[in-house]
Amino acid sequence: MLRYIAKRLLGMIPVLLIISSLTFFMIHKAPGGPFSKDKQVSPEVLKNIEKHYWLDRPIPVQYLHYMGNVLKGDLGPSFKYPSRTVNELIADSFPVSLELGCYALLFAMFVGVILGSLASLRPNTIFDYAPMSLSMIGICAPTFVIGPILVLVFGNYFKWFNTGGWDSARDKVLPVITLGLYYCAYIARLSRGGMLEIMNQDFIRTARAKGASTFRVIVLHAMRGGVLPVVSFLGPAAAGIITGSFVVEKIFRIPGLGRFFVESAFGRDYTMMMGTVLFYAFFVILFNLVVDVVQTWLNPKITIDS
Amino acid sequence: MRRGKIAWVWLLGITLPCLLMMGCGKRVTRVEAGDQTQVYHRGNGADPSDLDPQLITGDIEHHIVSSLLEGLVAEDPKDLHPVPGVAERWEISEDGKTYTFYLRKNARWSNGDAVTADDFYKSYQRILSPGLGSEYNYMLFVVENAEEFNTEKVKDFKQVGFQVIDPYTFQVKLKNSTPYFLSLITHPSWYPVHMPTILKFGKMDERGTRWTRPGNFVGNGAFRLSEWKVNNVLVVTNSPTYWDAKVVRLKEIRFYPTDNQDAEERSFRAGQLHSTYEVPLTKIEVYKKQYPDLIHIDPLLSTYFYRVNVKKPPMDNLKLRKALAMAIDRELIVEKIRRGGELPAYNLTPPGTAGYTARAQIKKDFAGAKKLLAEAGYPDGKGCPPIEILINTHEAHKTIAEAIQSMWKENLGLEVTIANQEWKVYLDTQKRIDYQVCRAGWSGDYVDPNSFLDLFLTGGGNNETGWSNKEYDNLIAEAGRTGDQQKRMEVFQKAEAILMDELPIIPIYFYTRPVLRQPSLKGYYPNILDLHPFKWVYLESTPGKKE
Repeated sequence: MLRYIAKRLLGMIPVLLIISSLTFFMIHKAPGGPFSKDKQVSPEVLKNIEKHYWLDRPIPVQYLHYMGNVLKGDLGPSFKYPSRTVNELIADSFPVSLELGCYALLFAMFVGVILGSLASLRPNTIFDYAPMSLSMIGICAPTFVIGPILVLVFGNYFKWFNTGGWDSARDKVLPVITLGLYYCAYIARLSRGGMLEIMNQDFIRTARAKGASTFRVIVLHAMRGGVLPVVSFLGPAAAGIITGSFVVEKIFRIPGLGRFFVESAFGRDYTMMMGTVLFYAFFVILFNLVVDVVQTWLNPKITIDS
Repeated sequence: MRRGKIAWVWLLGITLPCLLMMGCGKRVTRVEAGDQTQVYHRGNGADPSDLDPQLITGDIEHHIVSSLLEGLVAEDPKDLHPVPGVAERWEISEDGKTYTFYLRKNARWSNGDAVTADDFYKSYQRILSPGLGSEYNYMLFVVENAEEFNTEKVKDFKQVGFQVIDPYTFQVKLKNSTPYFLSLITHPSWYPVHMPTILKFGKMDERGTRWTRPGNFVGNGAFRLSEWKVNNVLVVTNSPTYWDAKVVRLKEIRFYPTDNQDAEERSFRAGQLHSTYEVPLTKIEVYKKQYPDLIHIDPLLSTYFYRVNVKKPPMDNLKLRKALAMAIDRELIVEKIRRGGELPAYNLTPPGTAGYTARAQIKKDFAGAKKLLAEAGYPDGKGCPPIEILINTHEAHKTIAEAIQSMWKENLGLEVTIANQEWKVYLDTQKRIDYQVCRAGWSGDYVDPNSFLDLFLTGGGNNETGWSNKEYDNLIAEAGRTGDQQKRMEVFQKAEAILMDELPIIPIYFYTRPVLRQPSLKGYYPNILDLHPFKWVYLESTPGKKE
């Protein structure tokens, strides 16, 4: 197992190298630079700024310089926030995205599994159709529609929660629901399917025959097998939730990393963009590895060799 | 029995969260709480990039920095006329070229140091240092040898027209008498910076050091920086060391970066912001009808226009340009599309800029335009190659471009296409003058026609049309030399007449700034630079007023 993990970790190096090189040359090729503005900067000033950020050197030199710094763990200064480094900005904003993502995932799992299990108990009745139709809406409606609707109802009309920010619990409820809803809906459908399959198995019938209560049957016997499809979905879901929070961060004014990821590209903030791409790439690869390992551990049918 | 249980589980699942939420109940909004404690919650547009007054470039940063620092001269909150700042009085020499400022002795930095003439001297040395790469250093180029020092033609800063006479007397010698000089120096590029603090965190001309962080920042303004969380909030609190601290009523200003207009409007409606940075276009009418006391349409020193590439056929044809300019129904655009109280623009400089209103005006004349088009060689648009309007990707620009597209088609029979490009690509295309017609906007940096008209000097960085006119260049230079304000304005009239006759640009409308403000926000006056000296702002809730 350890050898496998080590091999996978080593495999990350060329992948990250390719991703960073591609990104580096692509962003430098894109028209417009970090300092192009609608009010033109005078050529002398521009020359001085470019000198400061090494932008006056040939691109291969810039590349080697940048990669050398990255190896030392230095992602450089941000062009948009001159007094901050990319390392600092990521260190400040990633925990926020992670927190948002974790809450959203917990919400999605908790509500999703409960809804799915309940729906599976009475298949093809109103108790099944209602949550499944709702989950269909959750899957189809994009976050930029759900978010503002939740704000209008619970922020503006009822005034239960704040419409933006990330300080108090009141700030956090609506973005967590908005971000988690899609995954919640997906998990509900997955767990319904999983549970339906399990509930028809012999050991469930045995448990019922022995007089176990419905609650006991579901929670102690069926749930374990029923949520297996959910577990395999969690890997991509977690990566998606944590890296894909840009829209939610924008709607709810959350100081997370997702905004930097998108806005650095629009602003041609080269270093910030490289930093976020590398960070996310590293994160996604690592997460996939973790999921693979966990799956092997959970399901004896899967082996590392396969 | 089982069915009953399931129903129970459902019932609980639905009612429990509801009950939980009901517990949250009605509560005091942030605005209501702020009104009581003098905490101003302000929507401030995008996130500020830095707080170094010599490096910032946008009005977003400008608003924040104006609370933290104060120049020699400050602005009156109502009409922005220069009022004493760090300088309690000043003298102007007969020829209008020498300004002597007498600094007040009780002006203090937030660390307790006195603000002296030397602070200003060193600050201006820093902003003019070529190594710093300050984008707004040209604001100081009216001073003798300032530009020469910046471009390294003069090496010794002593030759630049700044002089410390004694710790509380500071003298500035100008190249020419500059009638708008006192307004000019209210700009952040003229604010002093605390040099010992800057040197503690780096070299004098080093960009992006940590001196602008909370805890490090030393300012001389009415407020101090106490918190700055990127993309979250920036907080300033009133400064006890400020010389005029007794008039400052606000305890705290919280600047929220809100680059999403709709989200900002929702926050305002939920009572979380005292004022917004913008209003979504679609909400303007609704507010005007339903909440006229909350929406304010402030004037703005800013013009929306199209640049025209005069070097590339067919747009090198003056008659065609004239026809295009005359065939736009600007009233329709401002009344039906913008709906934010904008004024149709028939010239470049916004009317009433420092008392100047251009006499040269484009005419709206569809028949005349048609005739001109025929004279240009394209009767009824026949034979004219398709014209492409370049815009940066944005719904508002697209709508306007579509309106103009149909006006030119309908009134002139021209084939018009619209190309949109992402912001930075668009800037690049515009800079290379690789377009036919290109959407643009310009905001004045100071209240003077010069701030608009010097754009189109031959080879000017912001000209970007390929247009060049010797006489025009001479007139702008002459205006710079003329001390008599009335004569100067006449020179601008002549210059703008040339511009409107040759039309390297097609003006469309003068911007306004629609914003939402709570009625409790007082001491806050609309003005064309959208500047609001926060020392005069305060909060006072009207009793019995519902949100």
